[in-house]
Amino acid sequence: MDASTSLTGGFADPVFAAQSVFRAVMDCMARPGTIGTIGSEATAPGALGAAQAAIALTLCDADTPVWFADTLASPALSAWLAFHTGASVAPDPTTAKFAFLGLGGVPHPDFPIGTQDYPDRSATVVIEVSGFEAGEPFTLSGPGIAGTQPLSVAGLFPDFRTFWQANRAEFPRGIDLILTAGTRLVALPRSVRILD
Amino acid sequence: MSAVTMSEAGTNFAYLDEETKRMIRRAILKAIAIPGYQVPFASREMPMPYGWGTGGVQVTAAVIGPDDVLKVIDQGADDTTNAVSIRAFFRKVARVAVTTHTAEATVIQTRHRIPEHPLIEGQILVYQVPIPEPLRFLEPRETETRTMHALEEYGLMHVKLYEDIAHHGRIATSYAYPVKVAGRYVMDPSPIPKFDNPKMHLSPALQLFGAGREKRIYAIPPHTDVRSLDFEDHPFEIQRFDEPCALCGARNVYLDEVILDDRGGRMFVCSDTDNCESRQADAQKETAA
Ligand SMILES: [Zn+2]
Repeated sequence: MDASTSLTGGFADPVFAAQSVFRAVMDCMARPGTIGTIGSEATAPGALGAAQAAIALTLCDADTPVWFADTLASPALSAWLAFHTGASVAPDPTTAKFAFLGLGGVPHPDFPIGTQDYPDRSATVVIEVSGFEAGEPFTLSGPGIAGTQPLSVAGLFPDFRTFWQANRAEFPRGIDLILTAGTRLVALPRSVRILD
Repeated sequence: MSAVTMSEAGTNFAYLDEETKRMIRRAILKAIAIPGYQVPFASREMPMPYGWGTGGVQVTAAVIGPDDVLKVIDQGADDTTNAVSIRAFFRKVARVAVTTHTAEATVIQTRHRIPEHPLIEGQILVYQVPIPEPLRFLEPRETETRTMHALEEYGLMHVKLYEDIAHHGRIATSYAYPVKVAGRYVMDPSPIPKFDNPKMHLSPALQLFGAGREKRIYAIPPHTDVRSLDFEDHPFEIQRFDEPCALCGARNVYLDEVILDDRGGRMFVCSDTDNCESRQADAQKETAA
């Protein structure tokens, strides 16, 4: 393992970077389908995207086991996460509070969706996509959206609509999704419906 | 400034340590994803007593950044001890700009009112909440109310409101009037007058609620359906005032009764002091012009 990559790549100014990244994520979560931008740079070893790395640094710690998809996972990445956040890698998908997936990654069916009593005890899944300009068009509706919100996503896993419909059907349980493309992000909280 | 001891404020940006902020931030994101659901969080001791809005203060502290402009109101007023203390607290610990003007604020922390000036896209309204559980007066046990929310069993709530009508001829609950959020969770809007309830419906602003003592955070995303509970034969109604504000002449705003003397003299004035003062200033400008 290359120790230098684990000890570098954090936020230059952790307190203010975390605040601004959180606000970007919160704004996106409150307005599903709108595109946000991460302004603070973070670099993780391997293929973890820039926004994904920033989200990990902002929200993960010793209380949040983190799941990395096989395409991202490496000893260097685990060491980077542990060094900068104190978070450990989830031993299995059922214990994941956050999950990071690469291009085309499909959420593990065992990620926690919370319980009817505690629907907040669910995973937040962050998936890298190739962009929000071209790609598959979606029309969204739900809390946070005035009327409908168009969204295009390129590089999302096949049959995403069916997956999301099943996730929405579990409401108030369900996973919350953050799609990232480089430094940009779009959030799809479980409350969102895909109309067509 | 007795309740908030500034020497205790420490050196963390926005007072809270980063671990606490992360925990609160995660709770806020889940609260937004499940509109109206009360997310438990590990509330911290704040340098002010409960009842001074420690839940709202923690939410504001987790959200606020150096570019924000903060407004704090207590019962509509910017100049009460509580509002002044909280504003001074954030000026000190987060070095944020502060304002009394609703339109200039990016973050507004409130106790018991929603500003009269319509909120806009991008603004965040943070409510201080004493009792977050709308079913508490029907069922004191947390395990039971949690099950009621889980099963969407809100029949008892409706029965209670209907009994109110039977006894009073109308729904007597005029503060903390329960709402249903996004067609799912029944939620306590905090002790705002029910006059303000319609302002929550489809608001372009993000509404966050923090209960410090009870350790709950909940949220209403922008543009979300918020309905006050009612009945077909007894629709929800807000308070009406017969006369306009005695100071600025505003109608269709929430008025406070002010006792003028001990011989029964009184007048009704805007509860929202910023709105009232802005209207008076505008009127003066017009007279001068
Ligand atoms: Zn007035």
